[in-house]
Amino acid sequence: MKNDMTLRFLSVSKNEAFARATVGAFISQLDPTMDELTEIKTVVSEAVTNAIIHGYHNEPDHYITVTCAIEDSGAIELIISDEGMGIENIKQAQEPLYTSKPHLERSGMGFTIMESFMDGLAIKSTINEGTTVTMKKQLTTANSVCH
Amino acid sequence: MSLTTFFTIKEDVLIIRLSGELDHHEATILREAWQNKLREGTVKHVILNLEEVSFMDSSGIGVLLGRYKEIMQLGGELVVCAVNPSIERIFNMSGMFKIIRLEPNEENALLSLGVAS
Repeated sequence: MKNDMTLRFLSVSKNEAFARATVGAFISQLDPTMDELTEIKTVVSEAVTNAIIHGYHNEPDHYITVTCAIEDSGAIELIISDEGMGIENIKQAQEPLYTSKPHLERSGMGFTIMESFMDGLAIKSTINEGTTVTMKKQLTTANSVCH
Repeated sequence: MSLTTFFTIKEDVLIIRLSGELDHHEATILREAWQNKLREGTVKHVILNLEEVSFMDSSGIGVLLGRYKEIMQLGGELVVCAVNPSIERIFNMSGMFKIIRLEPNEENALLSLGVAS
């Protein structure tokens, strides 16, 4: 069976915790391991933080959309999108430790963490139109194991 | 779940005990409080105790690297202790342990800085 949900919220930094907690609660029905749950919450936090800081320059009056689709098989698809400024050079943005905002103490590890914690990462971005990050992960089929 | 910060001073060591979730929102608040403590000028070294931190993303790395630079300028050292495995993974990924020392607990961290606990 397939299930999905969509969240739409303002680009307020307090919503980073809201977004990862909500996605975490939603995927709990797949009975993920603690590590898998932490990984999913971390990548949601990274992508939403990117949208707030880079997409919207910390302006709190824009919208971010998070969609999460799951299947009984343990497949998860996450789509995080903004309608912000877009990424000029996606390849450069993906380089570990690269940040366009060192003055804001950004570590430049966001995309590296997303890539490492998930099975697939795709970034689509258009200048002045926004960025969409799509991530996929197959959970270990923990729910088929006897409890 | 937000982040709670406890500051304690032992000799010339500022001990920071964090509890909760450290993300971009909380990192911004922590940065200011931490910088204010450093500016008071009574401490040289910092121990960051992450035992009660249940979640941390790359924004935590950013705030640590920022303070690491400031503490180095004071001629001090930043020691991180009681890191859980998922946070340790993010530390490893970003090469943090090449520059910041990790200790298993606060007692060891204090001893490593020459302070008896």
